[in-house]
Amino acid sequence: MILPIAGLIIGIYIGTMFPLRIPQEYAKFMSIAVLASLDSVFGGMRSAIEEKFDNQVFISGFFFNALLAAGLAYVGERLGIDLYYVALLAFGLRIFQNLAIIRRYFLKK
Amino acid sequence: MIFLFPLKQGQYSIALVCMILGIMLAVQFRSTQDLQSSIPYQRLEDLTQRLAQTEKERDVLLKEVHKLREEIGAGILTPEMQLIKLGAGVVTVKGPGVVVTIDDSKRPTKPGENPNLYLIHDDDILRVINELRAAGCEAIAINDQRLIATSEIRCAGPTLSVNNTRYSPPYNITAIGDPQTLENALKMRGGVVETLQFWGIQVSIKKQEQVVVPAYKGVFKFEHAKPVKDGGKQ
Repeated sequence: MILPIAGLIIGIYIGTMFPLRIPQEYAKFMSIAVLASLDSVFGGMRSAIEEKFDNQVFISGFFFNALLAAGLAYVGERLGIDLYYVALLAFGLRIFQNLAIIRRYFLKK
Repeated sequence: MIFLFPLKQGQYSIALVCMILGIMLAVQFRSTQDLQSSIPYQRLEDLTQRLAQTEKERDVLLKEVHKLREEIGAGILTPEMQLIKLGAGVVTVKGPGVVVTIDDSKRPTKPGENPNLYLIHDDDILRVINELRAAGCEAIAINDQRLIATSEIRCAGPTLSVNNTRYSPPYNITAIGDPQTLENALKMRGGVVETLQFWGIQVSIKKQEQVVVPAYKGVFKFEHAKPVKDGGKQ
């Protein structure tokens, strides 16, 4: 567990140093992509704890989910449907579910 | 602690993904901070839309004013009235003349120098207009705004306000008159064009057989001035 946390800290450091800014109109899509990534990470941790971890599924899921969520939000904006909230709700629910499973597993031990 | 919990599988890929997530989080965090410190995007969009709508309404009303004015004028048109209308600038006129295009200096400002020196100001335009009028020009327009007796030429920030309409460089000054005389008046040695070119301001004068000077599109309002009867005696 130390390695992922170290990775997170390094990532935040790089992100702070990196002079990259998301234009205002795309900040919404970025935020939903972040949420999707967060969900993937918790999902990965859960499967690692359950010893069902599959590297390919995890990595592909991470990128695919993030892109899909951002793409969905974009298409939704073009169509005038708030698909943004759909992705928000789905990923939010899954994050809570995954966290609950991780917590139970930890408590049982 | 849960954080010290050993992961049996996929340590490295989770660490890698966590790093990417960290980058995204940091970037997003900063972008959101920017967002909060500036005008909300929604408000911006809203105002843009309202501006576009108001502009459309204005154009429609202007067209109506124009049409109504023409209907009034269509009835009786004595030579004297025609002359007065020409003088007032409410009819579109054409004839030989010049088109003067003035643009800001492209010369880079040296450090310590006032960048204002290399920009066009209202007084530069006024001097050109003045010179044109002195050379006998009969009708002038700046970027489609006819200059009439009450027209103002004034700096409005980085733009120029003519007839309460704002324009940014380059400015096209269309003038009707004898093309040769007008050009000579501007290009006089020590004259206005030479002074402007000293600062690198780009001035081009094109003589043309036929230029069109549009009519004044605004409305006349006289709040304070009242006509005096009895041949000028009060």
